[in-house]
Amino acid sequence: MTAQGKELLTISVLNRRSLLIAGGAAALLRPLLAMAQEESAPALERSKIFQEAYTALTAGATPVEGKVTLELPELAENGNFVPLTVSVESPMTPDDYVKVIHILSTANPVARIATFHLSPVNGVAKVQSRIRLAKTQDVIALAQLSNGALVMGTTTIKVTIGGCSS
Amino acid sequence: MAPATKPRIKIPESARAGEIIEVRTLVTHVMETGNRKDRDGKPIPRDIVNTFVAKYADQEVFRADLGPGISANPFIAFSLKVPGPGTFEFAWTDDEGTTLIETQPLNVV
Repeated sequence: MTAQGKELLTISVLNRRSLLIAGGAAALLRPLLAMAQEESAPALERSKIFQEAYTALTAGATPVEGKVTLELPELAENGNFVPLTVSVESPMTPDDYVKVIHILSTANPVARIATFHLSPVNGVAKVQSRIRLAKTQDVIALAQLSNGALVMGTTTIKVTIGGCSS
Repeated sequence: MAPATKPRIKIPESARAGEIIEVRTLVTHVMETGNRKDRDGKPIPRDIVNTFVAKYADQEVFRADLGPGISANPFIAFSLKVPGPGTFEFAWTDDEGTTLIETQPLNVV
């Protein structure tokens, strides 16, 4: 091999490596960028009807986030029929149990989807149902414990075809 | 309430006292929201099952106040820590004031 040939080889190796590195960096960056974009996405609008219902139910108190798990599919193709599971961490003893769970929609024409009344006889605070959602929105589960404390959980769900008139 | 078809209830075949069981219920109902209009543009009046009550051994064990945001043919599942032998009584009441009642005994072993 001539000296010139060697040089050419080195360059091409270097180029390939730098290409790989650049490609790798871009691949790493892409999800980071996507995450940044997601974070900067504006919060979903919450209807006035929801705000009124929420204010009435909380009566000025600030519910503590957590303890409440609200399971909804990430994406609902049909907003007329969305499976929902709500559960609240609680020993469900006569001294400490979940009394009420409200399910609230932030974008339906009627905010209060349902209210479930529980007592220690339930053993666990878990309820399942199927709900209607008019469009992409946050769904909120607001629970009142036997000592009066309020806890809540929020889940965002994308809705492809809205439940026409929920 | 629309032509009454028998509500569907799913409970375990048997349970021990103290065991936590899941009770699944489904009733046939149109759950008309009151936001829709008919072909002539007249609003269709709301007609939903607004209350569901479950009793076990004559004690209320679960109650749900439902809004128009509940899907047609409401499905509701809840849990019960079996206090002893008994029979379930489920009642669905709609906006027309009709109440549908269904009973189902639980085999406690």
